[in-house]
Amino acid sequence: MNKVTNAYVPFCSEIKEVIRHTDIEYTFRMEYHGQVRPGQFFEVSMPKYGEAPISVSGIGEDTVDLTIRRVGKVTNEVFENYVGDHLFMRGPYGNGFEVEKLGGHELVIIAGGTGVSPVRGVINYFGEHSEKRDALTIITGFKSEKDILFKEDFKRWRDQMNVILTLDSGEETEEHKVGLVTKFIPELEVKDLDTAVAVVVGPPPMMRFSIMGLLDRGFKEENIWVSQERKMCCGLGKCGHCRIGDQYVCLDGPVFRYIQSKDMMD
Amino acid sequence: MGYFITVEKLDRVLKALSESYEIYGPKLFVRGGRFTDTDMIRYDKVASWEEMEWSKRSDYSFKEVLLPLRQTLFYFTEDRVKEADPERTKGALIFLRSCDLHAVKRLDAMYLRNGEADYYYSRLRKKVRFVLVGCQSAGESCFCVDMKTNVSEEYDIGLNIREGKLEVDCKWEEASALFDQNCSSKTEVAVDHVTETRTRVKIPENLSSAIAKASMWEEYSRRCIGCGRCNFVCPTCTCFTMQDMYFDENGKTGQRRRVAASCMVDGYTDVAGGGAYRRKKGDRMRFKVMHKVYDFKQREGFHMCVGCGRCDDICPEYISFSHVINRLEEGMKEVCGDE
Ligand code: SF4
Ligand code: SF4
Ligand code: FES
Repeated sequence: MNKVTNAYVPFCSEIKEVIRHTDIEYTFRMEYHGQVRPGQFFEVSMPKYGEAPISVSGIGEDTVDLTIRRVGKVTNEVFENYVGDHLFMRGPYGNGFEVEKLGGHELVIIAGGTGVSPVRGVINYFGEHSEKRDALTIITGFKSEKDILFKEDFKRWRDQMNVILTLDSGEETEEHKVGLVTKFIPELEVKDLDTAVAVVVGPPPMMRFSIMGLLDRGFKEENIWVSQERKMCCGLGKCGHCRIGDQYVCLDGPVFRYIQSKDMMD
Repeated sequence: MGYFITVEKLDRVLKALSESYEIYGPKLFVRGGRFTDTDMIRYDKVASWEEMEWSKRSDYSFKEVLLPLRQTLFYFTEDRVKEADPERTKGALIFLRSCDLHAVKRLDAMYLRNGEADYYYSRLRKKVRFVLVGCQSAGESCFCVDMKTNVSEEYDIGLNIREGKLEVDCKWEEASALFDQNCSSKTEVAVDHVTETRTRVKIPENLSSAIAKASMWEEYSRRCIGCGRCNFVCPTCTCFTMQDMYFDENGKTGQRRRVAASCMVDGYTDVAGGGAYRRKKGDRMRFKVMHKVYDFKQREGFHMCVGCGRCDDICPEYISFSHVINRLEEGMKEVCGDE
């Protein structure tokens, strides 16, 4: 047997910055040197809880952003850490988004809630590289005003692309609309439905209805991409929790073409 | 080369091998079974042939020798991690039946290939030798012939149980030397195997994930209690959950371990924030059965289930796995029409 490395042992990473988005959601800017793609994830050790898979919400020079939601007992403890403190983590895992495969055509990105994290890097990339794509529209949905993530980014994104920010409830304002993300799919302006690409990330019902909406609007099955969230204990294709049919979300995903994932039965 | 050997002499060989190998075999535990008044056979360390129980198929498999139910991975402090020592430093000599020897191939597929090789599994998998014990008749719930696991060639030592003695076929040099010393009579030996079983299964050729829509699964939502025993006895179930144990109040020192997990038990799919998949037991049943006789094969080219029948025998609700397999054909007809 060849020399096998111990992939379970995490490395120690310094917390460089903490950005608070909402009462319960924070971005931790973590020290990280190495290759990483948007949509990949790290297994992060939370003191007093254990490991949790957290997707990469941003990529810096020597850092990765991990946006962590304080839900259940899973992710509580980490918020008591401060800048300069450390967390154990391992990764990155999963395929992540390959921007080369998404570029070149009209692009629509639909994301709900924390689903914005895995696509934030994609949005940033195509925001800055308008030459790599045709028209870009993002439809992002949050529960209410206080749940909006990445507020700072939206200011920049509005100059770079067509932004639809919508809230499940509340009053409509200059900044945001009211209604589910699916409400805005039928009115999407698309020049070439044969080549237009869509990315959908969010809670399962939101993904299901958004995909139905996109197909109704005329998008091609093979041009729709999704990122799946599942329980992932190992990230290494061993623990079994993330399996759907013959696919392992941690190895083969989390990013799938819809045409591939539509027959995957949980 | 083959040998005739008495039990006493086999024990001498085992004694010599035990210098560098731990020996594992099925042992009888009185009143440890499915119900409080039944006995149980499970794997444990043994020193002699007589300690092993071969009258019935073991209730649990050998798999814990390679995949401990609880395995400490490492110890951590605030900024340091220390890898746990291996559970076993000697090699292992495992006595098992043909179905279980085929199960080893499934464990290897999962732990040495699906993604990178697993460090902790590789560590325990090194220096493991297998003694195949021939089967003269199949158990009531066995269906190895239909799963094509009734014959095994990849053993180090093959062994037939005969009146008053044993027959041995040895493919492993280190042990051959010992058999040569202890046996005078040599012979050609082919390890016994069964060619028919009372329990039969038929996996439909047109099986696909469409089976999820069949009505057959509803019955299991009512009957299955989600106890997970069918997974724990299965020689090919490999799932685990990560678990941290803390040595201090603030959770910064402790140990991380992995613990055997079951896809039939609540919580298996829970994600942060309260989401869960397959809430219904019937869906879990479908997920498990399809992995065993469909999904795994899509990935690896051979079925995961080896037809040992253990899951049938352990279920407190008398749910028969082989019966579920045999209902798949009807289920496919229901979802696809008769064509
Ligand atoms: S699914 Fe049942 S019959 Fe098949 S290998 Fe596992 S325990 Fe044995
Ligand atoms: S099938 Fe039987 S053994 Fe398996 S989880 Fe259900 S009740 Fe328990
Ligand atoms: S996360 Fe463990 S197998 Fe995918």
